[in-house]
Parts: sequence; C-alpha cells; structure tokens
Amino acid sequence: MSLATALLGLTWLSVTAYALLGGADFGTGFWDLIAGDPQHGRPRRTLIEHSIGPVWEANHVWLIFVLVVVWTAFPPLFAAVASTLYIPLTLVAIGVIARGSAFAFRKAVTEDWQRRLFGAAFAFSSVITPFFLGTIAGAIASDRVPPGLARGNIITSWANPTSLTCGILAVGVCAYLAAIYLTADARRDEDTALAEYFRRQGLISGIFVGMLALAAIAVVHSDANQLYQRLTHRGAALITASIAMGLLSLLLLARRHYIAVRASAALAVTGLLWGWAIAQYPQLLPGLNLDQAAAPHATMQATAITTAIGFVVLTPSLAWLFILFQANTGEQRQQLSVRTRSRP
Amino acid sequence: MMSAVAAHTSLLAIGSIMAPRSQMGFSLGWHIILACLGVGLPGLILFMEWRGQRTGDVAYRLLARRLARALGVLFAVGAVSGTILSFEMGLLWSGLMEHYGSVIGLPFAIEGFAFFVEAIFLGIYLYGWERLSPRTHLLSGIPIFIAGVLSAFFVVCANAWMNSPQGFTERNGKLVSVSPWAAMFNSATWPETTHMILAALMVTGFVTASVYAVAMLRGHRDRYHRLGLLIPLSFACAITPVQIVVGDWAARYVADDQPAKLAAMEGLYHGQNGTALSVGGVYYDNALHGAIHLPNGLSLLAHLDPNAYVAGLDGVPAGQRPPVNVVHLAFDTMVGIGFALLALGAWLAWTWWRHRDMPTTTWFLRAAAVSGIASVVAMESGWITTEVGRQPWIVYGLLRVDQAVNPAAGIGWGLPVLLVVYAVLTTATIYVLRHMTRTHPVPLAPQESDVTNAEVH
Repeated sequence: MSLATALLGLTWLSVTAYALLGGADFGTGFWDLIAGDPQHGRPRRTLIEHSIGPVWEANHVWLIFVLVVVWTAFPPLFAAVASTLYIPLTLVAIGVIARGSAFAFRKAVTEDWQRRLFGAAFAFSSVITPFFLGTIAGAIASDRVPPGLARGNIITSWANPTSLTCGILAVGVCAYLAAIYLTADARRDEDTALAEYFRRQGLISGIFVGMLALAAIAVVHSDANQLYQRLTHRGAALITASIAMGLLSLLLLARRHYIAVRASAALAVTGLLWGWAIAQYPQLLPGLNLDQAAAPHATMQATAITTAIGFVVLTPSLAWLFILFQANTGEQRQQLSVRTRSRP
Repeated sequence: MMSAVAAHTSLLAIGSIMAPRSQMGFSLGWHIILACLGVGLPGLILFMEWRGQRTGDVAYRLLARRLARALGVLFAVGAVSGTILSFEMGLLWSGLMEHYGSVIGLPFAIEGFAFFVEAIFLGIYLYGWERLSPRTHLLSGIPIFIAGVLSAFFVVCANAWMNSPQGFTERNGKLVSVSPWAAMFNSATWPETTHMILAALMVTGFVTASVYAVAMLRGHRDRYHRLGLLIPLSFACAITPVQIVVGDWAARYVADDQPAKLAAMEGLYHGQNGTALSVGGVYYDNALHGAIHLPNGLSLLAHLDPNAYVAGLDGVPAGQRPPVNVVHLAFDTMVGIGFALLALGAWLAWTWWRHRDMPTTTWFLRAAAVSGIASVVAMESGWITTEVGRQPWIVYGLLRVDQAVNPAAGIGWGLPVLLVVYAVLTTATIYVLRHMTRTHPVPLAPQESDVTNAEVH
C-alpha cells in the first residue's frame, strides 16, 4: 500500500469518526428542535445537554483534522473543493459557529426566553450544518467538482438533485444516530419514559432514512449515472452490507437491543461511506487521481509519522473521555438537577 | 497609455482582494483574542486550583471554579471561530493552498492533534470536577495548558513560514522537492512563536486582572477580588520585560530577513548607515514627517552597531512596498503599550517591595483596569505590523496576495455576511459572560458550600 493510499484511508477513517460522533451531536440538535414546549421538552433537552456537553468539542475536531490532513497531503483536492464549493462551505462554517457557541451560551443562561433563543440557534444550526455537508459530499461524488481553482459551477455543483438528496439524507442519518445514542443514554439513567420517547423517534426517523435511501437510489440513477454505476459495481458489496445493517438496526431497535443497535447503525453509516470511497478509488475528482493529488514524498512521510504519533496520544485520551462520561450519569444528573432546582 | 491600463488592472486586482483580505484579517483578529485566553487561562486556573488545594483557601478555590466556567464559554467560542479560519484557508486562499499546501501543511496537521488533546481534556476537566479526585482533576488540566501552548506554537510556525519561506525548491513555478521540517522550523519560527506565546500569556493576565480591577473600583475589596487582580497581574507584569527583550530579537530577525517590513515599521525611505530610530510622524512624499528621531537608534537596535547600514524602501520596487503609515503606527502603538505595561509592573513591584502589599489606590486600579484592553490593542497592533508589513506578498517574495485568492465569482460577499455573524457573536459572548457573573454574584464572605455549589459547566 502506498503512503498516499494510507493517508487517504486515514482521512476517510476520520471522516467516518466525524460522521458517527460529530454527526450524532448534530442529530441531537434536530431532536432539540422538535422536543416540544419548554415544559414537555425540558427532560429531553436536559438529556441532550448532558449527553453531548463533555464530548462535542472533541468530536468536532475530527472535521478540522480532515481539513488539515487533506490540505497537507492532497493540496489540489483541497483547493479545488474549497474554491468551487465555497458557498455551501461558508454556510457550514456559519452553522459551526452558531451550533457551538449557542450550545455553550444556552448552558450559561438561566431565563426561559434566553434559553429558548440560544436553544433555537443551536437546534436550527445543527440541522443546517449536516445538510450542507451532505450537499458537498453529493457534489464530489457526482463528479461536479473539477480540479483547478473554482473550475466548477459555484451554484449547480452543489444545488442539484444528488447533492440535495445527500443533504437531506445526512440530516436524517444524524438524527437517527442521535436518537439511538440518546435512547441508550436515557436507559442508562433508568429513565424509561425518556428512553421510550427516543426509541419511538429513532424508529420513525429510521424508517424515514430507509425510504430516503430508496429515493436516493432513484435520484442518483437519473441524475448521476456514473456514480450509480460505481456504487452498484465496485461499491456493491459494502452498499449492500450498509443497507442490511440499517435494516438490522431498525429491527434491533424495535426489539430494544440497545447495545447491538448502536453497533449496527454505526456499521450502516460506515458501509455507506466506505462503499462510496471504494467505488470512487483512486479517482478523487474527475481527472485527478490519488497519485496526481499527493504531495511530495517527504511531506507524505512527515504527515504519516506525526499522525501515527498523534493517534498514540489521542486513543487513550479519547477512551478516558468517553468512559468517564458513559459511567453512571444518572446519579450525577440527579445531583445536578437537585442543585439546579435549589438554586435561588 | 500602457501604464494607465496597467494601473487600472492593478486597481481592479486590489478591489477584488480587498474583501477577502479584510475578511481574513477580521476573523483572525477576532479569533486571536479568544485564542490568547485559550492558551493562558488554563494555566491561570490550574495555579488557582493548585493553591486552593494546598492551602484550602476558599477564595482561590472559588476563583478557579468561576474562571473555569468562563473558560467553558470562551473555549467553545474560540473553537468555532478557529474552525472558520481553517475553512477560510481554502475558501479565500485556495491559490496559496494549491501551491504551497504541501509545504505549509505539516504544522497545521500537528496543531490538529494538539487541539484535539486540548478539547478532550477540557471536556474531562470541566465536567469531571465532581467525578475525579482533586489530585486527578488537577492533573487532568495540565494537558490543556501544554496543548494550548503547543497549538499556538504550531499555528505561528505556519505564519512564520509565510514570512520566511524555506524548506522547498521550485523549478519553473512548480515544486520539485519539499523538506517539511525545514519549512516548519524556518528562520522566523523561534522569534515569532516565542513573541506570540508570551503575548498570549500577557493578554490573559492583563485581561483577567482588569476584570477584577473594575470590580474593585466598584467597591469589592475582599480577598477574592484582590487575589483575582493580583495573581494574573503579577504573572503578566513578570512576563512584560521578557517580552520586550524577545520583541527586540524578533525585530532583529525582521531587519535581517524582511528589510522592506522593517523599513515600513520605521518609515524609512533612504537606506543608510547610522540610521535614527523614528517615533511617531506621518509618512508621505517618500519621507516621514513630524517624527521624533533618536540618532543611530535603529542601526544600534537592528544590527547592534550604531553605524550599521539599514535598508530603506528605496531598495524595493514601488509595487512591492507595504502601506507605510499603517505599519509604522501599528508598530509604535505596540511598542508604546509594551513600555506602558512595563511601567505598570514597576509600580506594582515598587509598592510590593516597600509595603509588602499591592497598591490599592484608585489610580492604580484604573491603570490595571485599562491594561486588559491595552494588551489586546498591543497584540493586535503586532499582528497588523507583521501582516500588513508583508504586503503585497502572502508568501514573502514568492506569491502575491492577488495570486493566492480564490478566483470564484462573488467571494466578496463573505465579508458582509461574516461581519453580521461576528457582530451577533460578539454581542452574545459579552452578554452571556456578564449574565453569568450577575446571576451568580460572588458572596461577600465565601464559605465552603459556595465553592462546592459553584457550577463549572
């Protein structure tokens, strides 16, 4: 395996991590948006705050990591995508600002109207951001971003049937993942009513995502036939596995196998992403293959070495973060809510 | 006729780069204040928590918790405003990244990991206050501080490379080989990174101190507020003289590697031996008017020799000269504030030496209250000096800003959009921080229960 392939694989692994972790954080924003009036929505929103509070910043770094590795190791890819797709990327950037800051602000304020204002900003931007990230994925997958600076159409490259379908699919997948994670979090807190609420939402959104995926196949078939051919040939095995895992996760959710449902849903998303990647490999953009995009050898080597060292530091740190906040949150939350209530 | 056409096209080029250049400058200038606090505050909070654990002093422990709560908000805003910058590297400067991404990218990639470590341990530190033993909790904060300082180092490495582009060879405008480590550790790296890391610590110290100075001016003279003023102020004042020496080192690097920038900083048109140091004044008609001149000062400072030759703007083609007045004024502002802060530190040290106590006169508190904004202005002026002083280059001597900009139609709209977004963000950040202190006022005589009930997140 060449260095370029290894670094591309590593980048894609980071994209996958971002989709599974950062994506679920965005998904919680969707559920926050429709959690209902302040009184009914309070326990739901509290669960969301406590679930993503300690981890969202770390999960967000996967995105930054993808950007910096791509611009270091594959500069022509980064330049072409960023220059042609600057409009959806700007909207993603604004969504990132609004989501992160509004989430932090909402926790810091006390009045109902303030919490609603910042909550609305948090929730709305949590839906917008994955949508535009999805349109970007659709633009690249359907060969609409040519190499070179701003060579593609700055509007139709991302405002087209495939991109828009990918955008909606991204929002749906994020919401589905979030519902599954939140169900498990609520169950660990022994809050059965809340767990059942998110389980029901998970089933509804899961069925919606499934239907959307069917529609997406039709859209891609008519709008981006080249992509359709790739996905149904080289990507076929993984795409099929992804569909199977998605269906399995719905079944498991219906039967309340909360641990297994997480694994199968994550595998469904992973299968979709890697199916796309393998279908397209080694083409990055139309007319730009991996070897042509790769930086000079010394840069690839230095990036690979630092990334390897970085992951050695990162893995135990991330493990500690997740283990620390997955354990007995129920007791903690009860203490917290008692304290919140007793506050003058 | 030809020159008129050329002038017209270059004006057009300036028009098209003005918006993205302002957008980058604005979002960088905004983020860097948060970045400074992100580097310095964890260190300050850890010191407070450590003292609190050692002495059991309620004031220290409450300070640690309340500052940590503010850090939670500031870090989130800093994280997202920093993300925008990495987007803008591509949205606005795709020409730079396409050309030199493989040369400049390594420090950014390493910074990605440092930021990762920061974010992970910040989550553990803020949310783990009640879950971890005091000792483990204190230790869990150390990686935040180390990674924060390293983040600043790596990002400034990339900026240093734009000033001293090294570590690669080009043939006919194409990269033929890259030595990413040599590019990262270029000749500007050490003076620039040291200068910036110290600046970040100074900004944190003076800004934090100024918050408590304002509170003391409003009559809160208890131990909590006195410590909140004294500790960050002492740290910042102790760093100030070091920073002035480092600044001199950085300026000597500029004199050697970027003579056009130094000439603009000093408004020097004619290169000559035994050059005077110029303070103030306005530059027009190829000369500085109304400045105070210290004979042989510049030669001495730049080259440690009163008769040394200092290059002027006359050695640089007219189209490659930076705008002198902005650079000269920004440089003088930075240096002037640096010495004013040194004087504030001397005041504090003198009173401490004579009376074993800090000065609590209204004038001292007023000076401390202003020091926060002053340090931010000095830091921003420093960045204006180095960034505007490099114009028209984005990569010094190799790539002009107008060659690096994204050629896509309509990118100028990013500036007004971002100005609106940042206006909202600024208002909300200040509002929330003020709201936090108002809804949770500091008790007059803090008790143990006030500390344990102070919410961190």
